[in-house]
Amino acid sequence: MQYFCGIDIGASAAKLVVVDENRKTIAKALRKSGVDYAEAAARCRDEALSAAGLAPGQVKASLATGYGRDNVPWVDGRMTEIACHGKGAHFHFPQRITVIDIGAQDSKLIHLDPAGRRTGFKMNRKCAAGTGAFLEEIAYRLDLPLSDLNGLAERAAGEVTLGSFCTVFAATEILEKIRAGVRVEEMVKGAFRSVVKRILEMDVIEGAMVVTGGVVAHNPFLGTLIAESFGTQALVPPEAQYVGAFGAALFAMEKDPTGDRPCS
Amino acid sequence: MSSGPERKEFEAAGKMKEVMGSYFRELAEGPKQGRKTAWCTSVGPAELLQALGFNVYFPENHGAMLGATRMAGDLIPLANARGFSPDICSYLTSDVGSYLKGESPLQKMKMAGPPKADVLVFNTNQCRDVKDWFQWYAREWHVPCLGIHTPRSIGEVAPSIVDDVARQTEALVEPLEGVAGRKLDPGKLEEVVDLSKQCTELWKAVLQTAANVPSPVTFFDGTTLMGPAVVLRGRQEAVDYYRVLLDELKRRVAAGVAAVEGERFRVYWEGMPIWGKLRPLAEQFLALGTCVVASTYCNSWIFEDLDPADPFRSMARAYSSIFICRSEDRKQQYIEEMVQTYQIDGILYHDSKTCPNNSNSRYGMPQRLEQKLKKPFVIVHGDLNDLRLYSEEQTRTNIEAFIEQLAER
Repeated sequence: MQYFCGIDIGASAAKLVVVDENRKTIAKALRKSGVDYAEAAARCRDEALSAAGLAPGQVKASLATGYGRDNVPWVDGRMTEIACHGKGAHFHFPQRITVIDIGAQDSKLIHLDPAGRRTGFKMNRKCAAGTGAFLEEIAYRLDLPLSDLNGLAERAAGEVTLGSFCTVFAATEILEKIRAGVRVEEMVKGAFRSVVKRILEMDVIEGAMVVTGGVVAHNPFLGTLIAESFGTQALVPPEAQYVGAFGAALFAMEKDPTGDRPCS
Repeated sequence: MSSGPERKEFEAAGKMKEVMGSYFRELAEGPKQGRKTAWCTSVGPAELLQALGFNVYFPENHGAMLGATRMAGDLIPLANARGFSPDICSYLTSDVGSYLKGESPLQKMKMAGPPKADVLVFNTNQCRDVKDWFQWYAREWHVPCLGIHTPRSIGEVAPSIVDDVARQTEALVEPLEGVAGRKLDPGKLEEVVDLSKQCTELWKAVLQTAANVPSPVTFFDGTTLMGPAVVLRGRQEAVDYYRVLLDELKRRVAAGVAAVEGERFRVYWEGMPIWGKLRPLAEQFLALGTCVVASTYCNSWIFEDLDPADPFRSMARAYSSIFICRSEDRKQQYIEEMVQTYQIDGILYHDSKTCPNNSNSRYGMPQRLEQKLKKPFVIVHGDLNDLRLYSEEQTRTNIEAFIEQLAER
């Protein structure tokens, strides 16, 4: 049996997936990217390989993606998170799809044709609105653990409207709502809705809509709101936070990644 | 990271430095020699000013230097504090900041800084900001600020537009003669327009060598090689320099020399350069085996309508025909032609935050062109000079993902 490894060093979390030659995930690892991406990558690899009972030499090829992709010295190739999220999502939904990936620092919409070829993509502008960083800021303002957000938003009877594009100004709006005595869950749902609005204005959906990334993995209600806003079903792949790493592992398997892009 | 392939320098760059150095020395020494200095917008009536004996200075060139040297970052806030919004032209805010702080890249050339103007002459064919920019200095120095107000979003450059702009240009003659202290010599104007036309034809021929596969030159090379076409058009030195450069490019083409070794893809750059990031961007494209072969920006100093036999009307036609003041339809048609001519695989649109007039991704053009030409596009958000508006990491990933997409086709 041959094994392949994909690692996605995101702005917030490092995710690693090991697949076998049947494209089955046999191990995964996740930890904070921190300030030393190489260290985070190595620890993820060691953890996953240990869990799978594999030695490093048994991994035939590895590929890195995400912000820290150039900081992982031991991989055979690197590709962007746009390519890898598309690849991973299309594996689960092999049809014409638009992937919405909401990450900690950026959001992207990726269009793929039925064969999985990319036909276009958009990334958010230089702005944290519509990303996980926005929700982190709101959680901080409301003095809430991030893990509480989804439950609160889900059970909100109503929601506030946050009018600002800007994360900082939206947080100021939250302060006004606190002063006005608005219920916390309605503010959280309003923050979720704000993320969805930023996504909605980025691009149009072509084909089925697939939602990936850590933000949706931890806040599935965001997927519900996205589906509601776009008026179409939101397909969420298994292990949504690992889709980029999984896609990277598939790329590692399918081709010699060094052939497409020079390595360090 | 490996250092990767290297950019290939041009032999003619030495000559360019020589002619540009001589131009700046001339500007510095002008007042001592009793020569008057006219500031001119980059697509303003430079020929008229040359013919009247002015030393002609182009502050947009200085703006680009402030961006390329990354001095702009410290200077823009000084202009912001004087009431110039961070949302307006960052050439303007960089340049005004440079004046306020008394710091300029020209000081490395042993100049005190930009030469003080005796008159400022604008053409609003590019934008309104150039006029606001010049008026600030006019108030500061108590010197006249004159100009031409060209219509914008022009479809066909109709005779009525040419008549209007030609009349406005002619109306500048009398006040400019007053500043210059001499009468306009029509023969001299014809001579200058003729030299300007020669310069423009050579510059066009230089850019057109990029239609070869592989291209011998990149957009990033063009942004520096174009200096004389901007500041020395109408002068013999520019003509001489472009003959040398064209000859070198022809030799490159004959020898099959590629500006980007192993050229895999050919990209069109639509919009302003990101001056402070030219080198890393050039290196990224080089590493990706992708040549940015052509651009609206470098093409903007091609003025084919100039005609020494009819200086005023031909200047009016030439300066009203530039891309930036044309209608959306004309712009689209123009880019379509470029895509065909240069065998473009994909288009990069730079949405330059403070330069809306040079940002053509805001009214659906990328989507329309993609649908029509079946060529992918990517939009990079940034700015010509204000790097606070630029995200290095996002841009790097956007470009890399774009090339991945081209590779998948």
